Amino acid sequence: MHKLSLKQLSDSLKARQFSSRELTQHFLDRIGRHDPALNAYVTVTAERALRQADAADARLAAGGTGVLTGIPLAQKDIFCTLGVKTSCGSRMLDRFVAPYDATIVEKLDGAGMVMLGKANMDEFAMGSSNETSWYGPVKNPWDLERVPGGSSGGSVAAVAAGLAPVATATDTGGSIRQPAALTNLTGIKPTYGRVSRYGMIAFASSLDQAGVVAHSAEDAALVLQAMAGFDPRDSTSVERPVDDYTAALGAPLRGLRIGLPKEYFAEGLDAGVRGCIEAAVKVFESLGATVKEVSLPNAPLSVPTYYVVAPAEASSNLARFDGVRYGHRTEGAKTLQELYERSRGEGFGAEVQRRIMVGTYVLSHGYYDAYYLKAQKVRRLIYDDFRRAFAEVDLVLGPTAQNVAFKLGDKTDDPVAMYLNDIYTIAANLAGIPAMSLPCGFHQDLPVGMQLMGNFFDEARMLNAAHQYQQATDFHKRWPKGFA
Amino acid sequence: MSLSPEQIKQVAHLARLSLPPEKVEPYARQLSNILELVGQLSNAATDDVAPMAHPLDMVQRLRPDAVTEEDRRDAFQAIAPAVENGLYLVPKVIE
Repeated sequence: MHKLSLKQLSDSLKARQFSSRELTQHFLDRIGRHDPALNAYVTVTAERALRQADAADARLAAGGTGVLTGIPLAQKDIFCTLGVKTSCGSRMLDRFVAPYDATIVEKLDGAGMVMLGKANMDEFAMGSSNETSWYGPVKNPWDLERVPGGSSGGSVAAVAAGLAPVATATDTGGSIRQPAALTNLTGIKPTYGRVSRYGMIAFASSLDQAGVVAHSAEDAALVLQAMAGFDPRDSTSVERPVDDYTAALGAPLRGLRIGLPKEYFAEGLDAGVRGCIEAAVKVFESLGATVKEVSLPNAPLSVPTYYVVAPAEASSNLARFDGVRYGHRTEGAKTLQELYERSRGEGFGAEVQRRIMVGTYVLSHGYYDAYYLKAQKVRRLIYDDFRRAFAEVDLVLGPTAQNVAFKLGDKTDDPVAMYLNDIYTIAANLAGIPAMSLPCGFHQDLPVGMQLMGNFFDEARMLNAAHQYQQATDFHKRWPKGFA
Repeated sequence: MSLSPEQIKQVAHLARLSLPPEKVEPYARQLSNILELVGQLSNAATDDVAPMAHPLDMVQRLRPDAVTEEDRRDAFQAIAPAVENGLYLVPKVIE
């Protein structure tokens, strides 16, 4: 059952070949068997899941339900879930039981989906390897000595190993796409503002966006359809109708214009990864797409720009954790100052502390112009690069990451080396455009992902291209040994 | 741009983070490396470029001036580390 597509699961549930309770129990059993090796879940909500499954079965028996009714999923532990611990991978929120649901939790519950549990993640989504979690690192199902990528490492490990058919995730600088690439999944970060951020614990508010990791573009389209849309509770949510993502999947690609940014194929890209991307380009050409080189001349400045903007926003957002209203509180502080400092010193891990300090520094008096204002100007240059590119092409294609998954511990002592993992993914967040990663081959027996970037609100076209590619290839159907 | 241990202590104070003494030196080294990475920005030509704070060209949405949220004080205080009689408890701030 865990290898069926969401469409197949939906058809089987409607035909009563198995019940949602049976399906849910199957995934709960797999979690029990395999998760000790992977550490993909922070919390497994078995009772809640079976209750939701029974409710879904009742709806299925009554007929007239939506396509997602009765299908299980994992929720990244960054989304608030009423009555369920919501840790954000941090000691700070280790005992935080959310008093409300995130909008996307409400929407997916409303669509009849069954939450299996909360997926592990880098602390406050700050990381590219899922090694900064208070709950320990997540392992890559393709090689347990390697990282699954981050920050949505638990979401991808759960889906890649068949411990959930699909999962939610979030992406501030690549946290959906890079882990999807490293675990052979399809992951989509929609346009900024397309999916509500209400109830999604904030990291960098002008960059954060929620999305999906799945086994295919079709699966991702089905779940994104249910998540997307205007939400008055999120002040940056966009009032604009949502396209029909699944209806667009079948369109032929004849005439699709694809741009290859030359900066994405420069020094640093592993030759094995490059080979996979070049082969994927040939597949798109055989499907009728035209390909040309484009330039994103300021893309190399994405990482330095991001490491001003994101920490600046993070230092402001994380100021709310004060040991007073919720979250970790130190014992025995004598003064208010001491209460703040020790609660935050104990509650936050090293990577979060580094980013809070970088953010505090770049926003401080005398440095604001040189760092923050400068970064905001370069952000516009990066955005303008994409505007020019999308005047010439429909989609931009390149690698998602420079290399395949690296070994646990390889980069934990060198923050800058870790940051460079997101060299190809950050630009889309800075510009606000949608982007996705999908499987396009293997190098050294490890998955390689390619990235598609689209113009604002062009998710349907991106998913269409990815789906057509997946009709012509079978990389996305391969399964890690040991999790069959 | 490199940060001295003294500067790290000052930044940590501004950010309300207590740092054990043995962490100051590693943080100084790591933050200096991060600022060196960020220093690449100074080479970019940005004269006459308007700063971009946000990816979407949007204005703050307004709504009718009506009460829409219910009172959930009890639910929110139930998750606080220390409350008494509906008040959040902190160490004494006035002698």
